[in-house]
Amino acid sequence: MSELADLKVPGPTEIELTKPFWKAAAEGRLLVQRCEDCTKAILYPREICPHCWSEKLTWEQASGLGRLKSFSRVHKPGHPGWMPVSPYVVGLVELDEGPTMLSHILPGECEPAVGDRLELKPTNIGGRVLPAFQRKDQGENV
Amino acid sequence: MTRSKAALIGAASLKPVRQTEGETTLGMLARVSARALADAGLEKDAIDGLLVGPQVGETPQHVPATVSEYLGLQPAMANVVDLGGASGPGMIWRAAAAISAGMCETVLCVLGNHRNAEAPRSPNRNPIREFDVPFGASGANISYALLMQAHMAKYGSTAEDFALIAHWARANAQRNPNAIFHGKPASVEDVLNSPIIASPLHLYEIVMPVAGAEAVIVTSAKRAKELGSRAVHLLGAGEKVTHRAVSQAPSLTSGPLKPSMERAFAQAGVTAQDMSLLSLYDCYTIMVAATIEDAGLCEPGGFGRFMRAHDFGPEGDMPLNTHGGQIGYGQPDLAGGMTHVVEAVHQLRGSAEGRQINNPRLALVTGNGATMSEAVALVLGADE
Repeated sequence: MSELADLKVPGPTEIELTKPFWKAAAEGRLLVQRCEDCTKAILYPREICPHCWSEKLTWEQASGLGRLKSFSRVHKPGHPGWMPVSPYVVGLVELDEGPTMLSHILPGECEPAVGDRLELKPTNIGGRVLPAFQRKDQGENV
Repeated sequence: MTRSKAALIGAASLKPVRQTEGETTLGMLARVSARALADAGLEKDAIDGLLVGPQVGETPQHVPATVSEYLGLQPAMANVVDLGGASGPGMIWRAAAAISAGMCETVLCVLGNHRNAEAPRSPNRNPIREFDVPFGASGANISYALLMQAHMAKYGSTAEDFALIAHWARANAQRNPNAIFHGKPASVEDVLNSPIIASPLHLYEIVMPVAGAEAVIVTSAKRAKELGSRAVHLLGAGEKVTHRAVSQAPSLTSGPLKPSMERAFAQAGVTAQDMSLLSLYDCYTIMVAATIEDAGLCEPGGFGRFMRAHDFGPEGDMPLNTHGGQIGYGQPDLAGGMTHVVEAVHQLRGSAEGRQINNPRLALVTGNGATMSEAVALVLGADE
């Protein structure tokens, strides 16, 4: 994973609201927001619930488990900083809590497939630990 | 008393402050919108129209989609009103006009801006920049590759199915001397042999960015008749905005063009099967595939068989993107979507030299923006 850590790529443009999310990410945890009124989980973080427009949102630690909804192996990155690790895989991860996030999918023993069970693998990308994912049934030392 | 053009039923403000710290315009717009909604005594699902202002320094493009996504709205009319201090009042009559045009019923008109101390260094400071880019997903290629992969996984569609769309675009471009790929046809094999940019997307399935410009003049049917113009008529329209980032898409295989086309067909009193020309937005092959399925021209997942069952050339049984589409013509930035309107005008009034379709009566024109998230459909008809 040292190659990913060495990348010179744009990191998150953190704002006041999202500081807890990125702080937790740096500690290897994934947070979602939970709406106290309609009880739905929300990601990315917002100031109001997109489902019911309540402002009563609280942070909650996610299980880190999810399902691969789609993926792409990127041969020509949109940002040149990603060239050293191309091709690499990004995917849409539907978290068990409900929301979908885009994430980096770490290489595994077999090709990714839609429907794969995934688990959170906090990973140093460009000098910051971000919530990347990997196939759940694979070992720790891939 | 004069007849009301529209009613203003809710209003709200955030308390003004000299400076903000750590605020986002999106967050402020959300809070004030929630208050206006409460003031109106409505549920948020009542909102089906959205007018917003420009958001320099936070969201330079796709403002309505970004605001809609943040608010969980899926408006059937969405626009930026960019008139400086007149933007607010300008929104009110536009909302009334959109309502009386039958495009929507209840419009949220919202403006606002933070005043944080530090100015952003690059133009995008919004959720798609914060939550997609750091993982290695910059640009549209990856978003559409994710849509294409999802279609393949759900329906078993193949690389060849998609390559047929690019092949037909290139074939039709051979009839248009203005097309960037005029003189450069591509077989299905050529498409499949072109480099993978972001799997499963090949280079030839992606539009080539070009310089260019497109324009259309619109007047009333009455004026057109007085002028003796060669007119083409707008018979129906539909619009829908569902999200901004692909991670927030309500579906990966069906898009907002589906309800847009349904509304346009209903307004025009026609069906997809009545069309003489399909002028379908084609930034990528997957966009044409999804549009054919969303239009009801074939069953969901069935576009591959559809592509093999028809002839999409000007003399064919199903003329599709006879100018070459953007895949064959080139994409002159935002004017790319207008090429589909211009081609439909030419075909419906019989001025598509060298590629005129037979017996032109009706055309379906589609436009698509961001990540299959901003949609407009038009039904155009020839002068009777």
